[in-house]
Amino acid sequence: MEIKKTAIAGTLESSDIQLMISQADSGITIDLQSDVKKVFGDQIEAVITTTLKAMGVTAAKVKAVDKGALDCVIKARTIAAVQRAAETTDTPAWEVL
Amino acid sequence: MAENEERLRRTMMFVPGNNPAMVKDAGIYGADSIMFDLEDSVSLPEKDAARLLVYEALQTQDYGDAEMVVRVNGQDTPFYDNDVKAMVKAGIDVIRLPKAESTEMVQKLDADIAAAEKQFGREAGSTHLMAAIESAKGVLQAANIAAASDRMIGIALSAEDYTTDMKTHRYPDGRELEFARNMVLHAARAAGVAAFDTVFTNMDDTEGFYRETEYIHQLGFDGKSLVNPRQIPMVNKVYEPTEAEIKNARNVINAIQEAKLKGSGVISMNGQMVDRPVVLRAQRVMKLAKASNLVDEEGNYLEK
Repeated sequence: MEIKKTAIAGTLESSDIQLMISQADSGITIDLQSDVKKVFGDQIEAVITTTLKAMGVTAAKVKAVDKGALDCVIKARTIAAVQRAAETTDTPAWEVL
Repeated sequence: MAENEERLRRTMMFVPGNNPAMVKDAGIYGADSIMFDLEDSVSLPEKDAARLLVYEALQTQDYGDAEMVVRVNGQDTPFYDNDVKAMVKAGIDVIRLPKAESTEMVQKLDADIAAAEKQFGREAGSTHLMAAIESAKGVLQAANIAAASDRMIGIALSAEDYTTDMKTHRYPDGRELEFARNMVLHAARAAGVAAFDTVFTNMDDTEGFYRETEYIHQLGFDGKSLVNPRQIPMVNKVYEPTEAEIKNARNVINAIQEAKLKGSGVISMNGQMVDRPVVLRAQRVMKLAKASNLVDEEGNYLEK
């Protein structure tokens, strides 16, 4: 899936994560802010990366601000951000959910 | 009518669908049903995000024995189709249709669910539905709506929209809802489905909440919709049978079992005839008593 524009999903409330996805020339880079980065940083980035790969995103810049989100929340927000960035919100990628 | 005989539905807790903290914790309060909301509590630009959040939470979170319900957006919105598809794929127990006003609306949802079950390989008929009655038209059509689908598990009165439609508003004594409550309840009973009363929104009026819950309990509603988990133990308390009711129910059930062994259908207990309605009522009392932890596995009353 191609990132066509910069898009945001999620909030800065407790238990949420806010992701901003924008275009990149190649590869995936994640800039993560989280109070629990030391312990859960790798796991959070892994969930984001896995979800991006499952959606066929090969090039993207991701900025994430985590407020203690569970994996299911991270996955949901990543999908929402990608669909908004790829302008496919109305035709969801059912197989990725 | 869906096969849902005697499931307890005393409390249906509303949970805003785009709030991860609330979605994550929804299972810990002991509600009989949990209703994730994709409709009024979610702003228009966040409809897609809420749908995805509820979907992913349903895949991973443990909500215990609670019946899982999702209120989708109305059929006149562009969100309805994807809401229904996503929730059927997620394996939700019940889809709640807002602003139900006709048999056709329920039948459309039924058909859309059937198509989604097929598309995503869900067992045909495994997704149930319910309808919210929120207008004068809906109230007058309640009987048809309640009987419109084999997937139907219940109908609910939603008083905020209804009172607006009626050119009134909600009063503390609830008299403006008398007709609607009785219509919804009768429609539900005639169709053999559950009846849910509306929410009580003034969190500070505990006395008013008890008064209203006792009233709808007396009328015969299965339970009440709630917006605050604090109200769950309050509703359960109103629905809790008394010690005398439990002991009587147990005697009825014992007596009828004995009569069955002897090959007789109707019996008399303490000079009163015990027949089918009395037995059904006794079984419901025992179910409520078990849910309230007032009896042990064998039905013996536990002293508090």
